[in-house]
Amino acid sequence: MDLKEFIAKRVAKELNDGDVVNLGIGLPTMVANHVPENMSVYFQSENGFIGLGPAPEEGNEDPYIVNAGAQCVTILPGGVFFDSSTSFGIIRGGHVDITVLGALQVDEKGNLANWMIPGKMVPGMGGAMDLVTGAKKVIVAMEHTVKGNHKILKECNLPLTAAGEVNLIITEMGVIEVTKEGLLLKEINPEYTIEEVQAATEAKLIIAENLTKMEI
Amino acid sequence: MNKMISIEEAVDHIKDGMTIMIGGFLGCGSPHRLIDALVKKGVKDLTLICNDSGFPEIGAGKLVVNKQIKKLIASHVGTNRETGNQMNSGEMEVVLVPQGTLAEQVRAGGSGLGGFLTPTGVGTVVEEGKQKIEIDGKTFLLELPLRADVALIAGETVDKFGNIVYYGATRNFNTLMATAADMVIVEAEEVVEVGELDPNHVVTSGIFIDYIVNGGGK
Repeated sequence: MDLKEFIAKRVAKELNDGDVVNLGIGLPTMVANHVPENMSVYFQSENGFIGLGPAPEEGNEDPYIVNAGAQCVTILPGGVFFDSSTSFGIIRGGHVDITVLGALQVDEKGNLANWMIPGKMVPGMGGAMDLVTGAKKVIVAMEHTVKGNHKILKECNLPLTAAGEVNLIITEMGVIEVTKEGLLLKEINPEYTIEEVQAATEAKLIIAENLTKMEI
Repeated sequence: MNKMISIEEAVDHIKDGMTIMIGGFLGCGSPHRLIDALVKKGVKDLTLICNDSGFPEIGAGKLVVNKQIKKLIASHVGTNRETGNQMNSGEMEVVLVPQGTLAEQVRAGGSGLGGFLTPTGVGTVVEEGKQKIEIDGKTFLLELPLRADVALIAGETVDKFGNIVYYGATRNFNTLMATAADMVIVEAEEVVEVGELDPNHVVTSGIFIDYIVNGGGK
């Protein structure tokens, strides 16, 4: 299975019936493909609606029904459109249960950096700062390292998106919870050893007493 | 009171150095024909308040490509390479604002508020130079309102008084900007007579609208 698909599938296990969920662009968007059957999850799109549905069939695209990445999507029965003030009231007001997004860096204090690399890439934060600050649960979904370099650090050195807001980190290697004591490895992909996961992580991992296999 | 004007008359209200707001989200719900007319007119040194700088060929991004913007206040500029180029060369000042904060700044500007307190940006570069206020043990940033000389917005069906019905995900910043500028011009996909819109469906009241341009030609 594709690495990203594997991560997205594991993230989907965090969803609960009735949750309002906002998915970031890229890997996080793939989580929508793995919502367990018999479960109702309401996807929020920060550009202005709840009830985000899958991409339309070719020929049925509506240029006015797009997600926050400007891709054509659909709105499901029961959905609703609103303006940006309402949208971010929903987000900051704690009405979004889970937000899933990628990271450039995340650290053991739950700090997240995902919006700029000074001097290189300055796309802007868009809605990410509000989402990470306002959502009840923040899940970072990403590949564990980038080109062999650490992304899970002792301390982020890129400009932060938000301080201390990340709850869970899900990668192809495992599932890590941000706790007051530090990063707790709760699940491990059996294809890796604890030593390999630690070597791919700059921050010191606390190994859960009941460490389990990462299953999707 | 006749609010109907031509697109040329509409952009004549926009002069060099003005602060303008343009509705839309990556071009979705932007007043495209007004933007094109503004590009043609070539007014410059504008301060633009907009969710994003669109794409080089779509939305408010065209004004950036045409070098008409002196200062851009937006939440996202990553889809328009020209914005990055002018930002790095120093030709254009770019102020990046969290999207929810930007929306609320416009809302505050249009609804008589002196500012608002948001937790977004605490502990990041966004807090630099801003007053921090603690309420019930939680830290907030004081963010100030935004207003403009002219707002250019888009609506789906607009009656001749300026009441607006929107379609799809096009409300975004349009409903907010309609309240936050000295002059508000709406580009309508379709113009109808007063009384034809169901008041239950109207989202923006015509009291906010100074001028209407018939963008769709219907």
